[in-house]
Amino acid sequence: MMDVAIVNYEAGNLRSVETALRRLGYEYRIATRPEEVLRADKVLFPGVGDARAVMEVLGRSGVAAALRERHAAGGSILGICVGAQVVLERSEENSASCLGLVPGTARRLPGGDGLKVPHMGWNQVRYREGHWLFAGIPQDTSFYFVHSYYPDPADRSTVLADTEYGVSFASGLERDNLTAVQFHPEKSGEFGLRLLSNYLAH
Amino acid sequence: MLEKRILVCLDVRDGKTTKGVKFKGNVDVGDPVEMARRYYEEGADELVFYDITASAERRGIMREVVERVAAEIFVPFCVGGGIGSVEDMRAMLLAGAEKVSVNTQAVLNPEIIDQGAKAFGSQCVVLGVDALRDDAMPSGYRVVIHGGRTATQRDLLAWVREAEQRGMGEVVLNSIDADGTRDGYELACTRLVSENVGVPVVASGGAGVSRHLVEVLRDGRADAALIASMVHFGGYTIPQIKADLAAAGIPVRRNIRPADG
Repeated sequence: MMDVAIVNYEAGNLRSVETALRRLGYEYRIATRPEEVLRADKVLFPGVGDARAVMEVLGRSGVAAALRERHAAGGSILGICVGAQVVLERSEENSASCLGLVPGTARRLPGGDGLKVPHMGWNQVRYREGHWLFAGIPQDTSFYFVHSYYPDPADRSTVLADTEYGVSFASGLERDNLTAVQFHPEKSGEFGLRLLSNYLAH
Repeated sequence: MLEKRILVCLDVRDGKTTKGVKFKGNVDVGDPVEMARRYYEEGADELVFYDITASAERRGIMREVVERVAAEIFVPFCVGGGIGSVEDMRAMLLAGAEKVSVNTQAVLNPEIIDQGAKAFGSQCVVLGVDALRDDAMPSGYRVVIHGGRTATQRDLLAWVREAEQRGMGEVVLNSIDADGTRDGYELACTRLVSENVGVPVVASGGAGVSRHLVEVLRDGRADAALIASMVHFGGYTIPQIKADLAAAGIPVRRNIRPADG
């Protein structure tokens, strides 16, 4: 049986990712220790809360080092929401130093001009044509977002998807065997479930 | 472009869904989990459950409803009614809700907003406000509590601004004058709040036909519209409403399912 791990770091509520995996028929473990992150076949890395607080917990538990080691060894990871921000080198949120799996910075959404921050609700995602993570999902399908910071990768080649909200930002990232999405697939209806299923089946 | 959200509201009493007119005379209309699934499959962008159970066992009953809903629907949902402490919030969030809403309890104890935002993040804390037109108030609207039965001394605009400072992440603005009438949302009231807070505003109370949603999302500047009667027993489906909104130029989520799913 495939070993699917959901990275836990105390602060985050993993419930919705868990129910989504159950619906898709996958068993999973909640990973809190480095070795669980290293040996899993698939690692889901959701994120809720403050980037700096997330990094502190990951650093203390040794999971940050495990994620770096896993990525360097070509292991598969799916980052979700804040999980798509802390894979970058740094975040403007409390000047957090992050995992550095993808070169770049998580920046604060500019807002203004009637655009409220956090960016909350359904917004369209335009992905790199033909990518396996979006198989069966039409271009410009809407996913559910809740965030105040966005991934700004240094290298355009790591951008997997774009979304517009005052700025055009990278709502999806890819580097080696890491993929990450700023939206919440576990709360994005049937297309969100399809994306999770695409990740697990890849 | 960020789309306008359609929220379907289910009032739950003793584990069953009800719908009242002007907060009185509730009638049972079905099983909340079954109804939630139906609205999810039809393309509701979000669901809201208000627990109007009066009994002492309410928390346990609602917790079970929330857990069952969380296993069935994969869009965000909010739970309100009887949430009076951070522990009540935690129970609902751990049961699978995305957001919790506070209304009367927040007026009686505003600190609960600060505490909830600190513990779970602002995005989890929704303020429900019941507003009653009242020319004696500075903004023209008075905050009422206990489901509309008790007037307060609070001015609507002053209260939502205070709640925003305290950390609310979203406001559901319910007009007592319009609630359950199906005559349309209170547009001026919605617009007043939308233009004066930096968090999303959900308009509630009064929807009867699709045009009412068009008006409140466009002229009322609401970020989302909450509906209940229209779909519970008003003969509307969510795809119909969204088609009407799209025809009026309002961006909404219409493609909801993979072609082979």
